[in-house]
Amino acid sequence: MRPDPEGLLPATEPVTLIDSDGAPVTPARAAVPPASELVAALGAMITARRFNDQAYALVRQGRLAVYPSSHGQEACQVAAARVLSDGDWLFPTYRDTAAVVARGVDPGQTLTLLSGEWHHGWDVATHRVAPLTTPLATQLPHAVGVAHAARLRGEDTVVLALCGDGGTSEGDFHEALNFAAVLRAPVVFLVQNNTFAISVPLSRQTAAPSLAHKGAGYGIPGQRVDGNDVAALLAVLGAAVDAARTGGGPQLVEAHTYRMQAHTNADDATRYRDDDEVAVWSRRDPVERLRTFLTRRGDVDEARLAAFADDAERLAARLRDELAADLRHDPSELFEHVYATPTPQLREQLAMLRDEATRDTPAGGSR
Amino acid sequence: MTEKLTMAQALNRALRDAMAADGSVSVFGEDVGRLGGVFRITDGLAAEFGEDRCFDTPLAEAGIVGVAVGMAMNGMRPVVEMQFDAFAYPAFEQITSHVAKMRNRTRGQVALPMVIRVPYAGGIGGVEHHSDSSEAYFAHTPGLHVVTPSDPADAYGLLRAAVASDDPVVFLEPKKLYFGADEVDLDLPVPPIGRAVVRRPGTDATLIAYGPSVPVALDAAAAAAVEGRSLQVVDVRSLQPFDDDTVCRAVRSTGRAVVVAEAPGFVSVASEIAARVTERCWDALAAPVGRVTGLDIPYPPPRLEHLHLPDVDRVLDAVDDLRWERGE
Ligand SMILES: Cc1ncc(C[n+]2csc(CCOP(=O)(O)OP(=O)(O)O)c2C)c(N)n1
Repeated sequence: MRPDPEGLLPATEPVTLIDSDGAPVTPARAAVPPASELVAALGAMITARRFNDQAYALVRQGRLAVYPSSHGQEACQVAAARVLSDGDWLFPTYRDTAAVVARGVDPGQTLTLLSGEWHHGWDVATHRVAPLTTPLATQLPHAVGVAHAARLRGEDTVVLALCGDGGTSEGDFHEALNFAAVLRAPVVFLVQNNTFAISVPLSRQTAAPSLAHKGAGYGIPGQRVDGNDVAALLAVLGAAVDAARTGGGPQLVEAHTYRMQAHTNADDATRYRDDDEVAVWSRRDPVERLRTFLTRRGDVDEARLAAFADDAERLAARLRDELAADLRHDPSELFEHVYATPTPQLREQLAMLRDEATRDTPAGGSR
Repeated sequence: MTEKLTMAQALNRALRDAMAADGSVSVFGEDVGRLGGVFRITDGLAAEFGEDRCFDTPLAEAGIVGVAVGMAMNGMRPVVEMQFDAFAYPAFEQITSHVAKMRNRTRGQVALPMVIRVPYAGGIGGVEHHSDSSEAYFAHTPGLHVVTPSDPADAYGLLRAAVASDDPVVFLEPKKLYFGADEVDLDLPVPPIGRAVVRRPGTDATLIAYGPSVPVALDAAAAAAVEGRSLQVVDVRSLQPFDDDTVCRAVRSTGRAVVVAEAPGFVSVASEIAARVTERCWDALAAPVGRVTGLDIPYPPPRLEHLHLPDVDRVLDAVDDLRWERGE
């Protein structure tokens, strides 16, 4: 039976449960998650913020090659990780390292590639977190494949796949949605609409009423949620994950948020956006909002907040330690995993490097 | 009139002058408008020529190239930017199946005067997908011209020639050379595509290089001179069409040759050059043509790229291997 098109379209307004002043929105359009869950999310968001800012600083110190920060998007990052069960999968982009940390991957390992390594660090299968993907939207068909395979194998796995507003313009986004819908694959697509793709504003990216509307064309329900309200995100994404897990097919969620910093440390955002706009969004800060809400309700006290700050500091210190050591490489690593077994040509090239290395030692004398 | 320009500035000037000279030239791609491109190659063009002639597109490389095909079919000369080498791959289908073949499929009725600019190759400390040498994919595809400058003057001249060409040109910009400055004569006539140039005279052996590897070859020649060996350096500039005449004349004059290129060596442009030179100059060669290329591995991370890239030592080693014991 064909779905009712009306049921696929998102509501006009994104779902918000806690407004930017930290006050509950009434009437609530979804059940506010329990206090214990929100308190835990606050802790994770405080950690995510600290992680973002520490990583950004590590670029300046030359410890990271580059860092695309999710400062300002911590509610999305934390919610994306928290709505998943252990057996579920997460498909992150380069901007989603805070989500990877929230999923439980060691912070230093999370930044392995960005620290200038040749690989992604963490154990993909154990954590069920795919490698960070940079070619935009190309991870989305993979997410569908993992979900489809899970169904064929009789697992009740859900895959949550992340992408940005810019990524929705790539063909792979559309192919992934279509495949997911046709295969009824249990995938939740979370688009973090942070209003910019490097310098390009959303208005140049799409003429659609919203990115969530793009689901309807594929037969996928689309929803819009306030991306700086973790309560709304947990409610909407949680329901989407449940629906996908129980045979409801793929789900598309657009989270409205903002990239508070430049695209990466290499970018100069003053060339294309005004400070006024940034100031508007800083008043909608996701961490402040939740802290205010929970403090007013008496769900957290100063002691608890101090403990969260301590946890975040400890994580930042661990990150600094892990990235302080200079990388040491055995050049053979470069050849080891190109194929299951290095080809004869690769073995030859490794021998050449080894030979050069011996000649370069002072005793051998370089040219 | 000459001016001191970086390669990035020379490319920017070439686009500006081409747009001023011909109203059908338009420039588009990701972040090329207000930002002026992530490497600032299109800086100021949107402000000067307006949003119709220089604009940001939705983020979709297949779309960018495909739309350029249509515009070129309808009287325009589009110049599109792929943000980085590896981010041109989503457009591969459009480039290989349409850009390259339209003229042939229409028995010459439909030409595609368009330029696909691709910042390419390594040496900038980029993370994965930002340092690919993708020239072989394009040079291997009949119907595409493929050029790559190695200095600001050629950057200006070749880009003007590419925009003026009635055939599609893949214009590969060695990003590690973007910010090196040199004197550029903007008034020289637009050079033809398809000509190599001897960058340094020499009598003992010939180094054949292009794009990012030309400075490496020149440095190697300078180092060899200190050791008493005279190396000639040829800058290929145009990978397709390939200037057999200039390259072979140079090789014949020395009798020995080494090709230097960053891309992995297996099935590469360097292989093609070595094969052509061998076939055409066999009687004049005292040794097999050598190759110094990147390793056959995915492009390594910042701190290891020096292991991958051709450097002066490797070039000189390859020159040493050219059977000097056989005299001449
Ligand atoms: C296929 C491809 N094209 C271009 C790029 C270069 N690029 C990296 S991030 C980016 C902008 C992405 O914007 P968006 O999807 O909105 O995500 P955000 O960076 O805002 O999180 C671009 C153009 C890329 N990584 N992949």
